[in-house]
Amino acid sequence: MSADTPLMKDPDAHANPPVDGAELIRFDKVTKRFGSNTVLDGLDFRVDSGKHVTLIGPSGSGKTTILRLLMTLAKPDEGTITVAGDRLFPADEKQIREVRKKIGMVFQQFNLFPNMSVLRNITEAPVTVLGLSKDEAEARARELLDLVGLADKCDERPSRLSGGQQQRVAIARALAMRPQVLLLDEVTSALDPELVAGVLDVLRDIAHTTDITMLCVTHEMNFARDISDQVLMFDSGRVIEAGSPEKIFSDPEHDRTREFLSAVL
Amino acid sequence: MTWDWSAVGDFMPHFWDGLLVTLQALALGSLISFALGLVWALLMRTPTRWVRWPIGVVTEFIRNTPLLVQLFFLFYVLPEWNITFSALTTGVVAIGLHYSTYTMQVYRAGIEGVPPGQWEAATALSLPVRRTWTAVILPQAIRRVVPALGNYVISMLKDTPLLMAITVLDMLGEARLYSQQHFQFTEPLTVIGVAFILISYPASLLMRALERRLVR
Repeated sequence: MSADTPLMKDPDAHANPPVDGAELIRFDKVTKRFGSNTVLDGLDFRVDSGKHVTLIGPSGSGKTTILRLLMTLAKPDEGTITVAGDRLFPADEKQIREVRKKIGMVFQQFNLFPNMSVLRNITEAPVTVLGLSKDEAEARARELLDLVGLADKCDERPSRLSGGQQQRVAIARALAMRPQVLLLDEVTSALDPELVAGVLDVLRDIAHTTDITMLCVTHEMNFARDISDQVLMFDSGRVIEAGSPEKIFSDPEHDRTREFLSAVL
Repeated sequence: MTWDWSAVGDFMPHFWDGLLVTLQALALGSLISFALGLVWALLMRTPTRWVRWPIGVVTEFIRNTPLLVQLFFLFYVLPEWNITFSALTTGVVAIGLHYSTYTMQVYRAGIEGVPPGQWEAATALSLPVRRTWTAVILPQAIRRVVPALGNYVISMLKDTPLLMAITVLDMLGEARLYSQQHFQFTEPLTVIGVAFILISYPASLLMRALERRLVR
């Protein structure tokens, strides 16, 4: 990857860019309950920098909750979460704000801002949060739109785009903040089947050409197999099996994994 | 009863004076209610109970007591504490305050109608809270509530004659004054009745059109 690609991590953006392959995300004994329902039960897991990790498992097994905890959209009840050596939980507001900038997220429902043009959706946070000038942010946004194949849609409103196009804008918007970690929460689940491939192609491209760390929850097993370095099988709030995609998809050890895969493949 | 066109002609100069006062009261009252209602709605979302509770009590009180009583209170009681405003200023403040307790409910619904995903996207982009409100939430919320606010403007228009009770010479005030001086009630009252419908009916059509365009 060359230094001028839009995804290259900005050396000024982070004081301590993690060494490739070093531990980037760490969950220690993380428990999350919703009422009497324990979604995550003393979860330990780690993700190394630059890796692409896919979380699979039945719905309700806590995969999305992990992404939401990392994005600080929810708080754990117990345990600690660390990102690039900095505590994300427990931590004070100021610290959370700093650590959060290292993380980007793409949502199932896109969640583009309907009151802004496509371009403004992407430039808003770089300008207000990172302090980029309007010109710098727009240049970055145009490069990213080009990357996701929507260079001609700058001035459109999100509502004028198809679901697949909206999701590609959402990916560009997340990348514009140059996060170290990109969280992908069932990003193709809300799309019409014929639009899924375009979004997955963009993500595959990003996975193969950048050093961004990816953590994704998906039901697209082929995509998981294609981009993942590691697959984690979840059940009832625990990782019951972890391994390379080859191992998990062709020779799973755990019965639950085998059952799950035979149901979805 | 006979209809006297010359009385209409005689009344018209007074009518224009009254219309101007009515429209002033309506415009300023609307602005106050829009601004104050938004302030109430935002304060009601602060995490501190010591802010929400008093505002809840005060706005509930204002919403559930008649505007006419509030007008009398502001006009006749406040001067006893040496707080004196002109009749029109008092009327504008009373209408604006009274209706702000309704517009706050409109804003609340508008704000709650913005999907949670918008808040989550703003958090995921690290947008500061203030920026999230001004750039993401409020533009979407206000777009939704414009028709509802417009309907309150029409209600306010129909409440402006209450200002007559505190000596403001609005349309009704002028009509009553003219009637009492000339013993001709039919013509001035008819003129202002027609004026009200000429303003409020097109306005309500406009609101319906806005509603179709803005609320998706």
